[in-house]
Amino acid sequence: MRGMRLVRFILTRLLQAVPVVLGVVVLNFLLLQLAPGDAATVLAGEAGGATPEYVEQLRARFGLDKPVIVQLGLYLKNILLLDLGFSFRNNAPVLGLILDRLWPTLLLMGATLVVSVGGGVVLGVIAALGVRTWRDHLISIVAVIAYATPLFWIGLMLILVFSIRLDWFPTSGMENVVAFHEGWARVFDIARHLVLPTITLSLFYLALYTRLMRATVLEQRGAEYATTARAKGLTERAITLRHVLRNALLPVITMAGVQVGALLGGSVVVETVFAWPGLGQLAYQSLFARDFNLLLGIFFLSACLVVIVNILVDVIYVLLDPRIRVGGQS
Amino acid sequence: MSSAKPQSSAAGVSEPVLEIRDLSVSLPAWADRPRAVNSVSLTVGRGETLCVVGESGSGKSVMARSILRLLPEPHLRISGGAILLDGEDLARADDRRMRQIRGGEIAMIFQEPMVSLNPLMTVGRQIDEILEVHTSWGKAERRRRVIATFEDVRLPEPERIVDAYPHELSGGQRQRVMIAMSLVLEPKLIIADEPTTALDVTTEAQILTLLKELQTKHGTALLFITHNFGVVAEIADRVAVMRFGELVEYGPAANVLDNPQHAYTKALINAVPSLVPRKHPPRNAEALSEPILTVRGLEKTYGRPQSGPNWLSRILPGLGQGRRSAVRAVNKVDLDIRRGSAVALVGESGSGKSTLARCLIGLEQADAGSAVVAGDQIVGLSRKGWRPLRSRVQMVFQDPFASLNPRTKVGDIIARGAILQGESADAALSQARNLLDLVGLDAKAAERFPHEFSGGQRQRIGIARALAVKPDILIADEPVSALDVSVQKQVLDLLDDLRRQFNLTMLFITHDLRVAAHVCEDIIVLKNGTIVERGTTADIFANPQHEYTRTLLSSVPGRNWQQTIPDGYPARHV
Repeated sequence: MRGMRLVRFILTRLLQAVPVVLGVVVLNFLLLQLAPGDAATVLAGEAGGATPEYVEQLRARFGLDKPVIVQLGLYLKNILLLDLGFSFRNNAPVLGLILDRLWPTLLLMGATLVVSVGGGVVLGVIAALGVRTWRDHLISIVAVIAYATPLFWIGLMLILVFSIRLDWFPTSGMENVVAFHEGWARVFDIARHLVLPTITLSLFYLALYTRLMRATVLEQRGAEYATTARAKGLTERAITLRHVLRNALLPVITMAGVQVGALLGGSVVVETVFAWPGLGQLAYQSLFARDFNLLLGIFFLSACLVVIVNILVDVIYVLLDPRIRVGGQS
Repeated sequence: MSSAKPQSSAAGVSEPVLEIRDLSVSLPAWADRPRAVNSVSLTVGRGETLCVVGESGSGKSVMARSILRLLPEPHLRISGGAILLDGEDLARADDRRMRQIRGGEIAMIFQEPMVSLNPLMTVGRQIDEILEVHTSWGKAERRRRVIATFEDVRLPEPERIVDAYPHELSGGQRQRVMIAMSLVLEPKLIIADEPTTALDVTTEAQILTLLKELQTKHGTALLFITHNFGVVAEIADRVAVMRFGELVEYGPAANVLDNPQHAYTKALINAVPSLVPRKHPPRNAEALSEPILTVRGLEKTYGRPQSGPNWLSRILPGLGQGRRSAVRAVNKVDLDIRRGSAVALVGESGSGKSTLARCLIGLEQADAGSAVVAGDQIVGLSRKGWRPLRSRVQMVFQDPFASLNPRTKVGDIIARGAILQGESADAALSQARNLLDLVGLDAKAAERFPHEFSGGQRQRIGIARALAVKPDILIADEPVSALDVSVQKQVLDLLDDLRRQFNLTMLFITHDLRVAAHVCEDIIVLKNGTIVERGTTADIFANPQHEYTRTLLSSVPGRNWQQTIPDGYPARHV
């Protein structure tokens, strides 16, 4: 019964997501029209100057001479057919380009989520259990510093210390392309490349979740049900693991779900700093090349990603908290 | 303190299970007094019920929690004395031994069953945990025991409730789960900390009966913490009265309740409103003929009714049928209140009494029906249309802590209503000072902020605020239910005085029949949004017609006790 309702809930949410994503697409399309210049001027410029006739010719070829509303209509029609168009800059279909870059970004995001949520939860619990001891103070101070430090600066410093000085980790890229690693060697190689970008991207969120977790664990430990558990004769360990932890997780999950979108934004900076071949880097490049088709495609995929992650968080929430009723009536 | 000792020996406890000797619990340095509990000595005998009574801040809960060492250490800690359970001193037991005792030999029931249960765990599992910790039984055997205990506390369908989450149960059922939790290992002693305070009267009566019954059946000793003398009269064998962390009176229930020795106990018992109904004043019969509030067919429904398929289920049948079913909070209510009268609106939680009040002061828009206040229709008014009528009906809210803006000076809180009605700021402020004087506060209070006042004083401020715009009708929504008994009495008396002084009309919402009987000449009984009975208080108390009214009346704790008090609250004639 509950499972049935959950399936219905997910389907409902997916259906509701369609207008949301389309809205995002329209908005992005219109916003990009406001940016000065287009692919034709950039291409012409890179060719080392061109006659206005040639630029016009390019525009006509790309369909950029039509009224905005017509371009939008065409684009929407194509999106609905899952055709994201053609990147003139890269001379390849947008969909293929994006899918190539998707998995590095997912890898980076996934690693960041695991590190920040997992690490934040563990550190928060440790701090809360030893409240006002040196462990708590140490964790809290480090968290405040990490919280306050700008992302790009951390990235540069990490490269400086761990790559250049200590030579523990590579400075950039996702794998050592010339080494032609295969199997586990390749996995290990990618993992080594993944360390610094993940730390850079997750440090801020790690600090945030640590502080949040510490606060909620402290709050939940003082809750009446924890006293009840104590009055039942449970050990402090059992009270924390069985009762407090699950209750304290709920706000952290909520927060993490909201911030997945922000994580994508942050990955633009980090991917650029570490030359990580992900969507963020691609977005950065396509923006300067005025490759709007590609940019729109990336935006579209990001929107889909955020929507899907949000649905996932809701599902996790439903599984964690029996009070949340999916699909209304019980 | 000194009066306690001779009485305790007179109590004659045969076989003590728990003996507390000179227990002191120290408070942190920043508290208003050095000790939460100050050298208290008590005994609880096998199979008996000891009630510890006191107002908020008396240290009764801290005392109860210190027995199981559940104090929030290190802020509160036992600083002296002994807690002997069958001769073993718990104040000096190590953590391991304490865990064996908790749940195994002494169990505890808390006040709020909703927050005392883990919301994310099935109730069956929460009880199972006790068995898991204290016994070596297998899973199936534990489950059998949990279900058997659920049957014992008469939960319906125990097989199903085992797997239910707390939020899926009613308040009474949750408290039964808590009782089952305390009983499951048949401890020697159960400590119940205000276990019925958060419940409705009828549920409270059921829970008290259940506790009594189970206690007889299992021979468990019961240490019952409460602020309610009615409950004490209902279940106590012996009573201990606490104030400021000290024991002021201690002895057999009959002695303490009917012949209290200490002045504080006397004052407390005198402050309990009696169940003697208030009579109609014989005078001003012609003033009574003028109705000031006339309500006809008033309805308010929350939630949308199931209105066929929505957009989603039209596209994909089977999806999106998640509409909340409608709750009819107020259902075709007719009401006539005459000028100068006081009508009690009595009902349990969810009966719609607060919704009705909110409709009458325009915080909610009624769906249908009419309500006429002194000649003006108020149902269906726009915000703008309401504005000139706002002063007609005013409300005194339940929670004096939440209903006053903490950032606004008391004088401004009181004056604002009058200023909005067009009074000049100076005039409104000087009127506010007069009102403060009238409700028994210093006029200087106008310059202070709400947090500087106690609960009772804040409720006085709330009353002054309501009176500032000279309302025709004063609606008091449970104005004393958040207050201690002695303060409760003062506020009720104040309302009574003001009513006589200004010929106020009062609609008094309460769940407490004692309060209703004390303040109002007429009673309206509300159940599920419908009026089931109405009449004069005297008639309804003497001869209740509706089944539900009878249940309510028979549920009042200690209903047979007070008539015997020599100088208790007499039946008052205005």
